[in-house]
Parts: sequence; C-alpha cells; structure tokens
Amino acid sequence: MEVFLQTLVAGILKGGLYGLIGIGMTLIMGVMGIINLAHGQLMMVGMYITFVCFHYLGIDPYFALLVSMPALFLLGVAIQKYTLNPLIEVESILPENQVLMTVGIGMVLTEVARFIFSSDYKSVQTSYSSSSFFIGEISFSLALTIAFFIAVAFTLFMFWFLLRTDLGRSIRATAQDKDAALLMGVNAQRITILTFGIGSALVAAAGTLLMPIYYLFPDIGGPFTRKAFVITILGGLGSTVGAIFGGLTLGLAEAFGATYIGMAFDDMIGLVIFILVLIFLPSGFKRITKV
Amino acid sequence: MLEVKEIDVFYGDLQVLWDVTFEVRRREIVVLIGANGAGKSTTIRTISSLLNPRRGTILFQGERLDLLPPHGIIERGVVHVPEGRRLFSEMSVEENLVMGSLYGEAKTKRRDTLRHVYELFPRLLERRKQMAGTLSGGEQQMLAIGRGLMSLPHLMMFDEPSLGLAPILVQEIFGMIRRINGEGVTILLVEQNVHQTLAMCDRAYALENGRIVLSGTGEELSANEHVREAYLGI
Ligand SMILES: Nc1ncnc2c1ncn2[C@@H]1O[C@H](COP(=O)(O)OP(=O)(O)O)[C@@H](O)[C@H]1O
Ligand SMILES: [Mg+2]
Repeated sequence: MEVFLQTLVAGILKGGLYGLIGIGMTLIMGVMGIINLAHGQLMMVGMYITFVCFHYLGIDPYFALLVSMPALFLLGVAIQKYTLNPLIEVESILPENQVLMTVGIGMVLTEVARFIFSSDYKSVQTSYSSSSFFIGEISFSLALTIAFFIAVAFTLFMFWFLLRTDLGRSIRATAQDKDAALLMGVNAQRITILTFGIGSALVAAAGTLLMPIYYLFPDIGGPFTRKAFVITILGGLGSTVGAIFGGLTLGLAEAFGATYIGMAFDDMIGLVIFILVLIFLPSGFKRITKV
Repeated sequence: MLEVKEIDVFYGDLQVLWDVTFEVRRREIVVLIGANGAGKSTTIRTISSLLNPRRGTILFQGERLDLLPPHGIIERGVVHVPEGRRLFSEMSVEENLVMGSLYGEAKTKRRDTLRHVYELFPRLLERRKQMAGTLSGGEQQMLAIGRGLMSLPHLMMFDEPSLGLAPILVQEIFGMIRRINGEGVTILLVEQNVHQTLAMCDRAYALENGRIVLSGTGEELSANEHVREAYLGI
C-alpha cells in the first residue's frame, strides 16, 4: 500500500509537468493544425539555458525561468515566422511539409547543442536537488514538488488567459474556424506566431523545472517530443483540459511501470501507450477546439 | 459608400467572377440575387479580402479595401455575416458576441453593445452561457447577426441568412435586417430568396455565371421578364 501511494504521488507530480509540456503542444496543434515534432528539442534548449544560467552565472533554476521562458518564446516566434509561415504561402505545399520542417528544426537544435556542449551529460546540482520531505510515510522530492506547483500555477494562468482575455479567445477562435476569426478582425498569422511562442515558452518552463532533478544531453529532445505527442493524443482529443489529463495519465503510467515492471522500462511504457493510442484512438487527431 | 469596380476573381486558375461592378450607397439595402454557384459568396468574400481580385478595385468610403488584409476590413466598419453562420461552436453565446468586438470603438463600447444585442435578441440572453454549437438554426443565425452587430458596423454584408430556416424564422431574420437598416446601417444582402428580398430592398443586382446581368430598383427587377422567369418562376 505504501509503495502504491508513493508511486501515485511520484506519478502525479511528474504528470503536472507533463501537462505543461502537453498544453504547449496542444495549442500549437489546435491553431496550426500540425504536430510540432520539435517540441522536446525546444525543451532541451530551455534546459541548456537553465544549465548555463546555473553554471556560469550562478542563477538558481527557478529564477532561470525568467530567462529560459522569454528566450524560448522568442525562438518559437522566430521559428513560426521565418520557417513555418512561409511554407503556408506556397499553395502547392501540403501541411505535412510544415511537420517535416519541425522535424528538421528539431535536428538542427540537437546538433547545435551537441556542437556547443558536446554529448556529455550535464546536470544542475542545487542544494535542494536531492532533498525530500515526508507526509506520513510518503516521501516527496522537494524539487519535484516545487516544480509541480509552479507547473500548476502556469497551467491555471493559461486557462485564465485562454478563457478570459481577448487574445486568448482569439487563439481559440482561430483554432475553431480560421476564416470566421479573420472576419472578426483576428490577425490569424500573428496568432500562429504568438501561439508557437507561448507553446515554446511553456515547454521551456517544464524543462527548467526538471533540471534540478534531471540530467541533460543533446538527444534528450527526441524522447520528450514523443512524450509530448503521447500526452497530446491521449488527452486529446484535443482540448487543453485533455492535455492535463494526458499528462497525468503518462506520468502515472511511467511511475507505475517503473515501480512494478522495472526502472528501465519507463520510456518504453510511453512508447507502448503511444502505439496503443495510434491503433485504438486514431481519432485523437481531431482538431483542438475546446479549452 | 461601397464601390466594387470591374473585379475579376479566380480560384487558382479557375475564373469565377468577370468584370463585376456595383455599388451600395449609404443607408441602402442592396440585394445581390443569383442562382447557386453564380458567384455571390465569392463576391462578398472578396470584399472581405478573404480572396483577392486579380483585376479591379473595391472602395469603401474612398479607401481601397482590396489592398487590406482580411483582419483590416472589420476595423473599417465593414462586417461580413458568412454563409452557414460560421460561429465558434465551442464557445459560449456571449463569447461569440465578444469576438465581434475585438478592436477600437467596438471594444470600448462592448458592454453597451452587448446590452443592445440582447435587447434585439432576447433568446441570446437566455442562452448566453450555452455553447454556440448547441443552438437551433434560427438562434445560430441570430447569434451570427448579433456577433456582426458587436463590431458597430457601417456596412453589414449578409450571405444567405435565410438558408435552411423555416419560413417564419426567415420573416423574423428579414425583419431584423430591416430594423438594423433603420438604425442607420447600410446593408448588402446576398440571397436566393428572391421574392421577399426584392420586396424589401432599395436596389438589386442579378449575378449569373459570375457576371452582373441586371440591375435596378427592387420593383424594376420584380417586374423584369427575365427575373420573373428565372428567379420567381412566374
Ligand atoms: N474554394 C473554391 N475553389 C474552387 N472553386 C470554388 C470555390 N468556392 C467556390 N467555387 C466555385 O466558384 C463558383 C461560385 O461559387 P460561389 O461564389 O460560392 O457561388 P454562390 O455563393 O453564388 O452559390 C462556383 O462555380 C463554385 O463551384
Ligand atoms: Mg454562396
């Protein structure tokens, strides 16, 4: 029972971060109608920024959010504006080509990271990296708990933004009916750029929050892109609420898999879910329209 | 107020409008009639800049609309209530209305306009929290019109607002369009429902196979041999 509760807690804490990763991907999918296959690689960039902040500038990872999020927002904006949007202008090009472009961007980011930082493992060892506290018999990793609450705060903020502001409504409107949004005066192109920026900033936040308890190497993007994909499809059926649900599901599945099947299988479990979802829930690709 | 001058419009290599010219004067109700596929929607989609004319110009109060991006049109006071309503189906009624008032004066006066729209359409007030996708056809059309009104338009363009509605609702919608016109809004109405629209308009144009073939006052067109034969079945 204790092991079960311990696993449950670990899964939920991780799931909160996965939700943050999934929301960014979901927003991009909803507005652009494409899967961003560079999502994990963007997170990797956010993690390296956190690493540099900590190692060379002595900035604590939680403060590094103030660097990594704006930086990734700008990177996302640039990617949408200069690489993805120009593809839309060319009529003969299918939306699939935008997806291929994200694959290419992911590779470039990975190789640039390898060039600068080599393939070595890096980590950020803070004073609290291995601290934990107990509630009853259950132990909570301090860093993961803090990360969870920050992730929840960002998630709530995103809901407020999407539901209560004109800009957030314009993002949802563009996802639901782009022409109608244009007729209402929404600059849909600007919305795509903004959405990619926001999605990138959110996944950067997740990466930064993971840094105190995770290790980092250039190829870490790939597995996280797959995770983001699984989360988006699981929840997905497309809604932002779904992404949170998908994040929790994956977090729990990984935690229980690691406890009851074996540590080494934690990535495999994600992949198994991924394949099962593709086989049994292909309608997961429905347009993302709900919040 | 609105002058469409000699526009040619293409979908890719396929030309669907030839040399289309017409005008809408301040406070008029002008109707564009035409059979299915004549190019009516294409015409107002071009005015809304969703399509670009390959030749010709579109002027609104002297300004070139055809040079503006689609999102610039509504800010000039021209709003398009599209065919098939095109509501944001997974937003509430009120959110749909809010989406009509994103910029400028419309935004600052949002609360007042909202009250006005709810007065015009009490049904929308009753259902303000409901998702737009769950409304009946008539309510959806009211919402589409209400959303357009939220932008405080000078010119409102309606694309077949009576499509798919029961006759009694059609009456109600046309009545509402006249009322909006009475409040000072200029109207461009695209319809296949020729009999009723010719009776309520100031002037009308007939579009056939992408060309304007007739124009005149509502009475003139109602009396025209060709119109009687082709559209009124008399
Ligand atoms: N997206 C499109 N691509 C190609 N052809 C189109 C498209 N939309 C409409 N058309 C063609 O343009 C012509 C005019 O269509 P439309 O303006 O919708 O007519 P109406 O609104 O009068 O029924 C029709 O022949 C139609 O088949
Ligand atoms: Mg039409």
